[in-house]
Amino acid sequence: MNDSKKQNIEEVRLMKGNEAIAHAAVRCGCDGYFGYPITPQSEIMETLMELEPWNTTGMVVLQAESETSSINMVYGGAGCGKKSMTSSSSPGVSLMQEGISYIACAELPCVIVNVMRGGPGLGTIQPSQADYYQSVKGGGHGDYKLITLAPASVQEMADHTVMAFDLAFKYLTPVLILADGVIGQMMEKVILPPFQPRRTEEEIRESCPWATLGKPSTRKPNIITSLSLEAEEMETINLRLQRKYREIEKNEVLLEEFSCEDAEYLVVAFGTSARVCQKAVEMARAEGIKAGLLRPITLFPFPTIEISKYADKVKGMLTVEMSAGQMVDDVRLAVNGRVPVEFYGRMGGIVPSPDEVLKALKEKIVTRQLIEN
Amino acid sequence: MTINEIIRPENLVYDKPKVMNDTPMHYCPGCSHGVVHKLIAEIIEEMNFQEKTIGIAPVGCAVFAYKYLDIDWQQAAHGRAPALATAVKRLLPERLVFTYQGDGDLAAIGTAETIHAANRGENIAIIFINNGIYGMTGGQMAPTTLIGMKSSTSPNGRNVQLNGNPLDITKLLAQLDGTCYVTRQSVHTVASVRKTKKAIRKAFENSMEGKGTSVVEVVSTCNSGWKLTPEESNVWMVENMFPAYPLGDLKDL
Repeated sequence: MNDSKKQNIEEVRLMKGNEAIAHAAVRCGCDGYFGYPITPQSEIMETLMELEPWNTTGMVVLQAESETSSINMVYGGAGCGKKSMTSSSSPGVSLMQEGISYIACAELPCVIVNVMRGGPGLGTIQPSQADYYQSVKGGGHGDYKLITLAPASVQEMADHTVMAFDLAFKYLTPVLILADGVIGQMMEKVILPPFQPRRTEEEIRESCPWATLGKPSTRKPNIITSLSLEAEEMETINLRLQRKYREIEKNEVLLEEFSCEDAEYLVVAFGTSARVCQKAVEMARAEGIKAGLLRPITLFPFPTIEISKYADKVKGMLTVEMSAGQMVDDVRLAVNGRVPVEFYGRMGGIVPSPDEVLKALKEKIVTRQLIEN
Repeated sequence: MTINEIIRPENLVYDKPKVMNDTPMHYCPGCSHGVVHKLIAEIIEEMNFQEKTIGIAPVGCAVFAYKYLDIDWQQAAHGRAPALATAVKRLLPERLVFTYQGDGDLAAIGTAETIHAANRGENIAIIFINNGIYGMTGGQMAPTTLIGMKSSTSPNGRNVQLNGNPLDITKLLAQLDGTCYVTRQSVHTVASVRKTKKAIRKAFENSMEGKGTSVVEVVSTCNSGWKLTPEESNVWMVENMFPAYPLGDLKDL
C-alpha cells in the first residue's frame, strides 16, 4: 500500500476540538495559517507548529504580532487565491473586525475560527456564546455577513473546517467557525478528513482568475481592493454582496433536529448549549413532556423558515444560549409572535446544566401553557 | 529640424516605462509620488518582473497606486501593508513583493506591522514616502512632522509637550536584525532621482535573493499640505527635512 492510501484510511482518533481543526486544515489543503495566541484556542497554532506541515504539504504557518496582523495576513493570502485561515477567541476576534470587513468587501475566501470565551472586555477564559451578534450581524463596519458555522462536537470541528473552505471559495466570502471553549477544549473521538493536495498555481489561476499571482501579459492587472470613491459604484458592490447573501440564505441552511416529530415544545440552541439541551430534552421526554431540539448548524444563514414551520406545530419555544440572549432575537423574528418564545441563558463563562434547562422549560413554557389553557 | 524629424524613433532618448499605464495621476503637481511610481515601473520593467510582481498599496495619498502600474496589486487597510506582504511573499516566495506606504500608514497606525515584518526579516521591499504630513486627509500632523512644523492638527506648529517628538522610524528599522538594507533618499534633483532608483533596485534584488527586509525611505514634498509651491517645497525640504532625516544608507549588508 502506498503512503497516500495509508493516509486516507479512516482512523478514529481521540483529540481536542482545537487539535481537530489544525489536523483538518492541513488535510484539506490549507495553504496558510496566521494566528496569535489566546486562550482557549491556542492549541490550534500549537498543533500546527508541531505538525510542521511546511515539510509535508507545504502549508505556511506563522505566528503574527497581533490579531490585527494575522487577519491582514489572511487578506494577503486569500488575495492570492490561497486557502488561508486564522483562529482566535472573542477579544482577538474583536480586534480582527476591521480586517474581516475589508475581506468581506474585497470578496476574498477565507476561514476564521472563533473559540468563544466569556466577555465583555477581557472577560474570562471559560466558554461563552456571547459573540453571536458580532458573528451573524456583521461585526465590523458596513453591510456584510459572514457564513457562520456552529460546531457542537470535535467531529464537527474537523468537518466544518473542510466545509468552511468549500463555502468560502464557492461564495468568495469569509466563513466563520463559531465554536466555544467547551468544543475547543474537550476531547472526543474524531475521524479526520481525507488528505487533499494543496492546489497548484495553475489550478488557482484556473479557479480564481481574480487572484494576485503576478500579471501575465495576457490579462489586465488583478487588483484586490475594497475602495471605491464613487457612491454609485459602492452601492453596486453592496447590491452584489446582498444578492450573494440571499443566495447563501437560499442554499446553505444547515440544522439538526432531535425528537422534533411530535414535539409540543421546541428548544432552540447551538453549539455547546445544544448538547446540554439534548440531555434536557431526553429528561423532559422521560417525564412525559413532548420536547424537541432544533440545533442550527449555520447561524448565518439562519434556519428561519424551518423554525417558522415549527411555530405552527408547537405550543412554545425556549432558546438556550450561553449569553444574555442573542440568537433568541432571530428565533422571535422567525416565529413572529405566533407562539411564545422564551429564553434561558448563563453568562460570563458558565455552562448551563440540563437540570437548569429542564426547569426553565417547565417554568417558562410548559407551566405557562397549562395556566393559559 | 522639423517636428517629424525630432520624433523619429532613432532620436528617442526617453520613454515612459511600459509598466506604467496612461491613467492620469491624481497626485498634486509637484508631489514626489509620481516620480517614485515611475522609478518602480522602470525597475520592474528593467528586471523583467512585470509578471512576477505583487504590489501592496497603502491607505493615504498612494491608495490608488494600483491604478498607475500594470502589475497585480492588493490594497491594504491603513497600516497593514506589511502584514499582507508577509503572507503574499511566504505563499509565493518566487514573486517580488513590495509595499508602498506613507509616513502615517507606516510610522503611526502600521508601526507594529512594519516593525514586526522587518524584524522577522520578511523578504519584501518597503518603499516609504515621508513627507511629514497626512496628505490625503488634508494636511494633519504625522508621526514624522517636524518640531515647529504647522499642520491642520498642529496649527501653531508641532509642540513636543503637546505632540511628542517626530519618529525616525527608518533609524529604528535599521537597528533590527531582520533588515538587510535601510536607506534614505529623495527625488528632488536629477542626481537624487538616480540614487533613489538604484536604492529601490537594490531593495528589489535583495528581496529576491532572500536577504531580508529592505527599506527605502524617500524624503518627499507635499506642496499642497505644506502650502508652498513645488519649488519652495524642495527648498523647504532641503533646509528643514534633511537635517532631521539625513540622506544616505543607514544599513547595507
